[in-house]
Amino acid sequence: MADALIQMHHVNKWFGKFHVLRDINLEVATGERIVICGPSGSGKSTLIRCLNRLEEHQQGDIIIDGMTLTGDIKGVETIRREVGMVFQHFNLFPHLTVLENLTLGPIWVLKTPKAQAEQEAMTYLERVKIPEQANKFPGQLSGGQQQRVAIARSLCMNPKIMLFDEPTSALDPEMVKEVLDVMVGLAEQGGMTMLCVTHEMGFARKVANRVIFMDQGEIIEENDPVSFFDHPQSDRTKLFLSQILH
Amino acid sequence: MSKPTLLSPTRAPTTATPTPLVWIRTQLFSTPGNALLTILSVWLLIMAVPALLDWAFLQAKYSAQSGQECREVEGACWAFIAEKHRLILFGTYPYEQQWRPLVSVFLLVALVLMSAWRRLWTIWLFPIWIGGLTAVALLMWGGVFGLTFVENTLWGGLPLTLILATFGVALAFPLGVVLALGRRSELPAIKTICVVYIELIRGVPLISLLFMSSVMLPLFLPEGVTIDKLLRALIAIVLFAAAYVAETVRGGLQAISKGQYEGADSLGLSYWQKTRLIILPQALKIVIAPLVGIFISMFKDTSLVVIIGIFDLTLAAKAALTDPAWQGFSMEVYIFIAAIYFIFCYSMSKYSQALEKRLAVGQQH
Repeated sequence: MADALIQMHHVNKWFGKFHVLRDINLEVATGERIVICGPSGSGKSTLIRCLNRLEEHQQGDIIIDGMTLTGDIKGVETIRREVGMVFQHFNLFPHLTVLENLTLGPIWVLKTPKAQAEQEAMTYLERVKIPEQANKFPGQLSGGQQQRVAIARSLCMNPKIMLFDEPTSALDPEMVKEVLDVMVGLAEQGGMTMLCVTHEMGFARKVANRVIFMDQGEIIEENDPVSFFDHPQSDRTKLFLSQILH
Repeated sequence: MSKPTLLSPTRAPTTATPTPLVWIRTQLFSTPGNALLTILSVWLLIMAVPALLDWAFLQAKYSAQSGQECREVEGACWAFIAEKHRLILFGTYPYEQQWRPLVSVFLLVALVLMSAWRRLWTIWLFPIWIGGLTAVALLMWGGVFGLTFVENTLWGGLPLTLILATFGVALAFPLGVVLALGRRSELPAIKTICVVYIELIRGVPLISLLFMSSVMLPLFLPEGVTIDKLLRALIAIVLFAAAYVAETVRGGLQAISKGQYEGADSLGLSYWQKTRLIILPQALKIVIAPLVGIFISMFKDTSLVVIIGIFDLTLAAKAALTDPAWQGFSMEVYIFIAAIYFIFCYSMSKYSQALEKRLAVGQQH
C-alpha cells in the first residue's frame, strides 16, 4: 500500500548488542485495527514504541501519515500529536486532577482555549463512562478508572492512530472488562486506527482486522483473527496459542 | 444487594492507657541496660540543669550601668545584651534610621512566609518576590522618597545576614534548577559545563569562594571598575548554594518515574512544557526537605563573610565585645546570637514540615 497510514520498511533495532527488532516490514491502513501478540521479550512493545519515537530505530524507515520519523525534534512532536498512546501503567500525572490531565495536551500543544478544552474533555470522560471523576486526582481512582482516564487523555488530542501497550495487563481481573469495553467501543465507532499489544485474545477476535504474532524480534505470522486462531501456520504460533488459550 | 450478616459482631478496640507507674516501669526500667541509662540521664540532668538555670536566670543581672557591676554577680550578664542589642542587631547603621532595617527584616520574613501560601503559587510569585526584594533594597539604601542615603558599608547585623541569606537563596534556587536540568541534558556542551561547574564549586569551601570573589574578582575587572563588596559576597554565596541546589534537584528529577516523561512525550509536549508542567512540580515536591536543609545551612554560612570584613550578625557580636567598659561577657553574646540563629533555622525547619504536610494532602501517588 503506497498510501498506508503507517509504513515500516526493514526496521531494525538493537539494545546494545541485543537485536530486538529484526527486519520489520509492516503496513497499516487507515482505520485498521491490529493486535500484536507474542511471548515476552519478543519486541512487540518496542515495535509500537518506535512508532512515536519513545524508542529509536537504528535501521530502516518508519513513515507515519506521510512523514518520515527521524531525530528531528519538530517532526517528532508533530507525529506525536497524531499518535496517541495508552500505557500499561497508565502514566497519568498524579499532581493534576483528572480534568487537568485531559486538558493539558489540548491547551498547551493544540492551543485550544481552556473552556473549549474542558468541554471536549468532559465529552470524552462521558464516553469512557466516568464523568463524575473529573475533579478527583488519579491516586483516588481505581486501576480500571485510571486506565479509562488515560484512554480519554489520548483521545482528547484527536489522534489519527491509537497505540495500546498492554493496557489491561496491570489491572485486577474484574476491571479488565470495563477497559476492553471502552476499547471495543472506540473500534466500533469506526475510523480510529488502532495498534494494540495485548494478551486478551477475546478482544482480538472481536475487534481486530489483523492479528500479528511476533517472536524474538521477528514478525512470524499475520492473519485475520479467524484464520489466525483456528488455522495457525507456523509451529511457533501454534506453541504460543497452546500456551495462552487454555 | 444488602450487606451480609457477619458471623461475629464488630467490637470496639480495647484501649488501655497505662498508669504513670506502669509507664515508668515499662519505658524506663524495662531492662537492666535501660535502667542504667535512665539513672545516668537523671544524674546528668540533676548535675546540669539547676546550675544552668541558676546561671542563666536566678543569679543573672538584668540591668546594670557598667561591666563592673555585672562582674560582681555570679550569674549571666544580660544587662550587657540590653546595652548592646542595637549594635548587635543592626551593626553600624545610623541610630535614628534603624527602623528601616527593622522593617526590611519583617518584609523579608513576610516574603518567605507568603511563599508557603499555595494560592500564590502562580506566575505572580516572581513579581511579588522581585517587588519585595526591591522594596528591601530601597529601604536599606535610601536616597529616594525622602529617605537619607545609607551606604552599604554601614549595614550590619541581622538585616545583613537576612539579606545575604534571602537574596542568596532567591537567586541560587533558579540557577540550581537550571544547572540540574542542564546536567541531565543530552547536549554534550551543556552537560559538560554544568558538570564542571557543580564539581568545581562543590570541591571548594565557601570561605575560599568568598576570598576569591573578594580578592580575585577585582583583578579581572578593567581599570577603575569596582564591584561593591557586598555584591561580591552575594555572588560567592549564590554560586556556592546553586551547586548544592542543583545536585538536590537532580536527585528529585531522577526519582520521577520514566513513565511520567513518556506520558508527557506521548502527548507531544515540548521539552520545556514537559519540564515545567509535569516534571519539575513533582520533582521539587519530593526534595523540599533537603532543599530547606540547604537553605538552613546557607543562612548559617553567611556568618563566614566575617572573613572578608562584612558586618554580619556574628561580626557585630564580636564588635560588641570590644567595648572596654564591658569585658569578658562573650558567653552571653554568643548565646544571644545562637538563639537568633536557632529561631530562624528552627522556623525554617517547621516551615518545611508544614509545606510537606500541606502538599501531601490531596495529592496521592
